[in-house]
Amino acid sequence: MSRRNYLVRKFALALVTILVVVTINFVLFRVLPGDPVRAVIGRNVRISPETQQALREQFGLDQPVFPNQFLSTLGQWARGNLGISWSLRQPVSEILLSKLGNTLMLIGLGQVLSIVLGVALGLLAGWKRKTAVDVGALTFSLIAWAIPTFWLGIILLAAGSTWLGLPTGGILSPQNVGRPLYTVLPDLAKHLILPTLTLTILYLGEYMLIMRSSILEVLSEDYILTAKAKGMSHWQVLRRHALKNAMLPIVTLIALNLGFTVSGAIYIETVFSYDGLGKLFQSALVKHDYPLLQGAFLLLAVSVIIANMLADLIYSYLDPRVKAV
Amino acid sequence: MKRNLVEFWRVFRGNGMGILGAILVASILVVAILGPAMTPYEPSQIVRDADGRALIFAPPSVHPPLGTDDASRDVFTQLVHGARISLAVGFLAGFIAMFIGSLFGILAGYFGGWVDTLLMRATDVLLVIPDLPLMLILVATLRQMDLHVSPLAVLTLVIGLLYWTSTARLIRSQVLTIKERQFVARARAIGAGHWHIIRKHILPQIMPLIVANTVLILSTAILVESGLAFLGLGDPTQPSWGTMLNFAFDRNAVSNGAWWFYLPPGLAIVWVTLGCVLLGNVLEEILNPRLAMHHLEGEQHMVARREESRAEGKGCADHDSG
Amino acid sequence: MTRDDTPLLSVRHLSTEFLGLDGPAARALEDVSFDVFAGRTVGLVGESGCGKTTALLSILRLLPASGRITAGRVLFDGTDLLSLSEREMRRYRWKEMAIVFQGAMNALNPVMRVDEQIREGILLHRLLDVEAANRRVDELLELVGIPSARGNQYPHQFSGGMRQRAMIAMALACRPRVLFADEPTTALDVMIQAQVLELLKSIQTELGLAIVMVTHDLGVVAEVCDSVVVMYGGKVAESGTCDQVYNDPQHPYTQRLLQSFPDLQRRSQDLASIPGTPPRLSELPPGCRFEPRCHARIPLCRQVGPPLVALHTPAVARPDETPYLTGHYAACHLRLGEEVRL
Repeated sequence: MSRRNYLVRKFALALVTILVVVTINFVLFRVLPGDPVRAVIGRNVRISPETQQALREQFGLDQPVFPNQFLSTLGQWARGNLGISWSLRQPVSEILLSKLGNTLMLIGLGQVLSIVLGVALGLLAGWKRKTAVDVGALTFSLIAWAIPTFWLGIILLAAGSTWLGLPTGGILSPQNVGRPLYTVLPDLAKHLILPTLTLTILYLGEYMLIMRSSILEVLSEDYILTAKAKGMSHWQVLRRHALKNAMLPIVTLIALNLGFTVSGAIYIETVFSYDGLGKLFQSALVKHDYPLLQGAFLLLAVSVIIANMLADLIYSYLDPRVKAV
Repeated sequence: MKRNLVEFWRVFRGNGMGILGAILVASILVVAILGPAMTPYEPSQIVRDADGRALIFAPPSVHPPLGTDDASRDVFTQLVHGARISLAVGFLAGFIAMFIGSLFGILAGYFGGWVDTLLMRATDVLLVIPDLPLMLILVATLRQMDLHVSPLAVLTLVIGLLYWTSTARLIRSQVLTIKERQFVARARAIGAGHWHIIRKHILPQIMPLIVANTVLILSTAILVESGLAFLGLGDPTQPSWGTMLNFAFDRNAVSNGAWWFYLPPGLAIVWVTLGCVLLGNVLEEILNPRLAMHHLEGEQHMVARREESRAEGKGCADHDSG
Repeated sequence: MTRDDTPLLSVRHLSTEFLGLDGPAARALEDVSFDVFAGRTVGLVGESGCGKTTALLSILRLLPASGRITAGRVLFDGTDLLSLSEREMRRYRWKEMAIVFQGAMNALNPVMRVDEQIREGILLHRLLDVEAANRRVDELLELVGIPSARGNQYPHQFSGGMRQRAMIAMALACRPRVLFADEPTTALDVMIQAQVLELLKSIQTELGLAIVMVTHDLGVVAEVCDSVVVMYGGKVAESGTCDQVYNDPQHPYTQRLLQSFPDLQRRSQDLASIPGTPPRLSELPPGCRFEPRCHARIPLCRQVGPPLVALHTPAVARPDETPYLTGHYAACHLRLGEEVRL
């Protein structure tokens, strides 16, 4: 297939998905009871009915919902105006941006570790199928899959704080809050260990399984027999022929996983009181802070969609069967 | 059909994992059904000791076997009652997902064309959107709508509506292979209607696969429910295991070291989820057997000559795993 | 290159079976023996499933995981390949013996450039440095009629015929002494077929290569092979030079096989297909495997498997060494001759 066609299709899909997300967001917002004006200016601000009406006109709330309001809201969102948080009294976009970095740090670390370990284990398990390594790895993945994310976090939190003296939550100790991160690295590291470990354990299993089945499929291909007929040792066969082909699905998986990683982050940040987007989402939920909830959903969903798109782009360059046109 | 069942049972019986899975699931089902009969207390009943004092965060002893929570209620009782809730929501949500998924899979696979494209694109779109945030805002919105439905019903519906994608894909590819087979073409040739063909020819063939897949979906549904309940979206008056964990976390069981409160519900979730996964995997393996050996396997046994060769300085092939 | 009268490769009593999931093993090869001489081509013919490909894979020890070589020896230059360790065996692969697999479509790695794949074998066995290896790759491509400029393309950019020729070039990279070709012309159109056969013949003359060609096409064998081994149900039914087997077939199966191939030189011939089906290798009869379909059977055939006997010409035998199979042999109770003892 040609690369251009491939990318056009993926791009179209991404666009449609974003549209769906935006529509869901908009519709849900409208479904909520209460005056939409409130959602924009905040709950606790008292205004007179005249001001209210003037505001309604100003925000175009007397216009028909669809398409006028829909499009203007889209415009707002596209410009980064996501409203004001009810509970924090600040623009939603500002709040989101301030927490973004923390979550990226956590997710990034966890994903990198789980990818590296998962791929290595998966390779070993598929190559040496049915040996102790394989059985052990499979059992581990199986159990890891069955464990609820948040519960593993709780267990590790309890164990880590009780037996290893690790902190029970947060990103930094209270005295270090506000200082630039690179000055307090040891403290940061101590706080990151448990949440990162939880994330890694959970996603390790999945990468391992995909790599394993990918390797199994690749190793059954005819060109592997050719490689063996050339007199290559197992390791040579793996390195020169199997690995590259087996890793292609991993790229796709990483993209697919982004959505689940975000979900995992919500649980883990909650359990570890880690001040990132996940915890933000959870507290917005609890406090019924709908602008914040909405804005966070928009950000999370659109980021995942775009990241998927990028992964597809990278994949199209990695697989030479996708012809450059 | 009966012969197939006998054959199936024979293979299944020999599979350790499958048996284990079946045992795990069956045991939980027993607990859920017997439920209240297994414990003398009510979930919200306050347990008192011999002197009539309340027992807050009391550790396990002979009685109560799993200790008490922060409000002096028996943890074991809550666990047993929670089984019903967790399983009920999980099963129902699972069935909804299975139904939608199978329907879409059959439609997409059988009719092909624009139906297939539409449904598969819908699947793609749904898969990309992060699941938990979507569920959270859906549930939050629905609950705000004062619909006078139980929070559990909301949960069940939302989970069921979002987890049908894997089933749809699986069923679709099965239907595609079946569609190519002779008897379908023949049925069409004699003028059988679409629904007739689907009901009589396709459905029986894919039913086993649907069953196997449903078990797997169940495990997902139970996990997801526990997560949503943990975040407080369950029904506090009918606590599932997830809700128990929500209580435990919010009420400082962790900092109080009351491991008997936060450990058992999680273990129960793992127990039943693992059981479903083992069972589902084995079922799927039996019904949809996969790969044979690959090219880098079997070297050590390749030369297996029975008579010992007259040594020309070398014996039989050595094992070498390169 | 002079032709020696000692065989380069001697297969003796080779027996291979494939384990079933449950139930009895499939005995894919039983007591198969033949000789391969430098500079000459041996054709292995038979219906699909008769064990031709299994024979090649057994010699190279490239059987799938369910395969077991249960008896026999494979003597290459005096060494029994079956007694080597896997590591030792690797040194023979590609350098001494190379194989062109059936269906080159998937035998090439789709994400690796063609010249890279050809060069790989050379560098692996440390025969040349990189520059010299690259030059040889170009030579090889030219040899098989592929412009060397196309070497850095990917397999999917080649046509089917080109891929097949690329596989041949790849197999010749280390200048092996024996080339195994599994159905090298099947799935190619007639023009390309002719080209490939021409190519093989010229390579053989040039390099003194021994070729073992597996095919079900008797026409191909007649064109390029010096000797032919006819297999049925995992056993050797008949073997000899092409002249002997084509002009004076002794085994009933060979006779029927030849009848079912149109020969432009013989006129008005009935095309006959052989009634019946090949035997199930997991449920073999005690007697001759062809007996159920044989037009010339006698009661003995059902009870006792026929030994391989030398027809007309005695086997060349030196008392102190294993005899070479250079004569005309058949395994049929109806043919009288000295039983071949190896």
